[in-house]
Amino acid sequence: MRTSRRMWLVFFLGPATVVFAAFITYPILSALAFSMYAWEGIGRRGFIGLANFARLFATFPYSGLLVNAFWHNVLVFVVTMLIQNVTALGLAVLLARSPWGTRGYRVVFFLPVMLSLVIVGFLWALFLNPIFGLVNKFLTLAHAGALARPWLGDASTSLLTLIVVNAWRWLGFPTIVFLAGINAVPEEYVEAARIDGAGEWDVIRRIIFPLLAPAVTIIVLLTFIGSFNWFELPYIMQGVSGAPNRATDVLSLLFYRTAFGEVDTGLQDIGIGSAIAVLMFALLLTVSAVGAVLLRRREVELA
Amino acid sequence: MNRPMSGRVAAQAVLLLNAFLVLAPMVIMGLSAFKSTREIFQNPFGLPGVWRWENFARVWVEAKFALYFRNSILVTIASIVIVMILGAMAGYALGRFRFGGNDLLYLYFLSGLMLPIRLGIIPLFILMRNLHLLDTLWALILTYAASGLPSAVFILTGFFRTLPADLDSAARIDGAGEWLIFQRIMVPLVRPALVIVAVYNLIPIWNDFFFPLVFIQTDRLKTLPLGMTTFFGQYSTDWGALFAGLTLAALPVVTLYALLSQQFIRGLTAGAVKG
Repeated sequence: MRTSRRMWLVFFLGPATVVFAAFITYPILSALAFSMYAWEGIGRRGFIGLANFARLFATFPYSGLLVNAFWHNVLVFVVTMLIQNVTALGLAVLLARSPWGTRGYRVVFFLPVMLSLVIVGFLWALFLNPIFGLVNKFLTLAHAGALARPWLGDASTSLLTLIVVNAWRWLGFPTIVFLAGINAVPEEYVEAARIDGAGEWDVIRRIIFPLLAPAVTIIVLLTFIGSFNWFELPYIMQGVSGAPNRATDVLSLLFYRTAFGEVDTGLQDIGIGSAIAVLMFALLLTVSAVGAVLLRRREVELA
Repeated sequence: MNRPMSGRVAAQAVLLLNAFLVLAPMVIMGLSAFKSTREIFQNPFGLPGVWRWENFARVWVEAKFALYFRNSILVTIASIVIVMILGAMAGYALGRFRFGGNDLLYLYFLSGLMLPIRLGIIPLFILMRNLHLLDTLWALILTYAASGLPSAVFILTGFFRTLPADLDSAARIDGAGEWLIFQRIMVPLVRPALVIVAVYNLIPIWNDFFFPLVFIQTDRLKTLPLGMTTFFGQYSTDWGALFAGLTLAALPVVTLYALLSQQFIRGLTAGAVKG
């Protein structure tokens, strides 16, 4: 009886455990180990401790590339917070009052989140084409032709343009999350405040925003994770090298190029690539952990 | 309710503007798919003079979209079926059996919710190479199945726990075997949870670009997102075909969304919205 029960447990749990261990746990743990070995192509050589990290931080071209890409990720995070998530919060506040057409707006706003970033990237690359693209054509039609420019080709606008395209795709996500957060605010709190003579803005600022803290924390966290994993959109629209002249290079592109070789330089170094992965891993895990703690603390305050 | 009219009009204006900014690019994409390249350049905003359905035919056959679709459908369905079967089995054991290490194993699966698997791509690549799975759809299926398991185990374990305890004991007294109890009694009861698992995984797998980029070389094995990059390289001057390709690629997801928008909104924000 007992052995048969154990057999059944192995039967039920075995396949999932094996698949998960082989294709998730093992690769992640190995990435940590790989960063401490010397590599020739995909052949592993001797153990070299932290030498890959030293090279990554202190030698040409890696140190410059790393710093450049890192600050681009930071910029993506900050600007996305400012334009995408602030807009989303505004839209959520408007939708929370259930204006005419709320259901339809919800569905429409969320639609681009369903589209693959490959479609979104290529579509906007066509729209942003300097000569034939519809963005510059529209500006000309609107008598603002002076603003027309090669948005993606100009190093001063390319990264910001990508961030705006990314926001176009994602905007509906934080909007829905904030909307759910606002709708979860107990009606009696709002009514009580109104009876006490609070105006519309007072209700938003003093009742809704504080109670929205968990939703905000989640969105900040997800935006951070998304910003530091940013890969598809820059890859599709600007290529693996972060054109023009590394103006759109980010950590994931640098990692990918270092791991699998760059078209133009042929540079491939699995040791350095793994070191980049470990750094990104540490960063994401630290921020996620801090975020989770903050989240729990705020939830306690609410209770 | 008692807010001034002007406020409501302003709110509608903002919401309408945003809806327009979302929809206009997609409508223009769909209209451009029926135009010739010259017409797209000269008349980007208007309706097509002649509706050129042949753009779609060209993309479907010549540009191998039929093949890319087939691969995407195959990979997505296989991955989700594996996630549902393995997730249900593991969730059943974790949710209904008390044994040493139960909590530990549950947490072990849950750790996968936090791990960015892409950062393990180098070892995963070498592993797939050693298993002779590189440049096969199996490399994708196994990766997606594995990365879908944490959320599936989380959702299904929770569901199995909520089922009444005497359910399986009654069946066991009647002499039913473990597999029979699982398959005939338990799985039908957690069907709603299996739907959640499927919805939660469907879009990320269907849209994924990163793993095909790393694993797949052969053109006829490419999934839709990866095949699109080949297609855009080959047809870069034929904008009618490019827009037709984009429209075609967006069509299944948009159609599905039109039918099940509430489920997808709930499914995709499930991790971020409580309750």
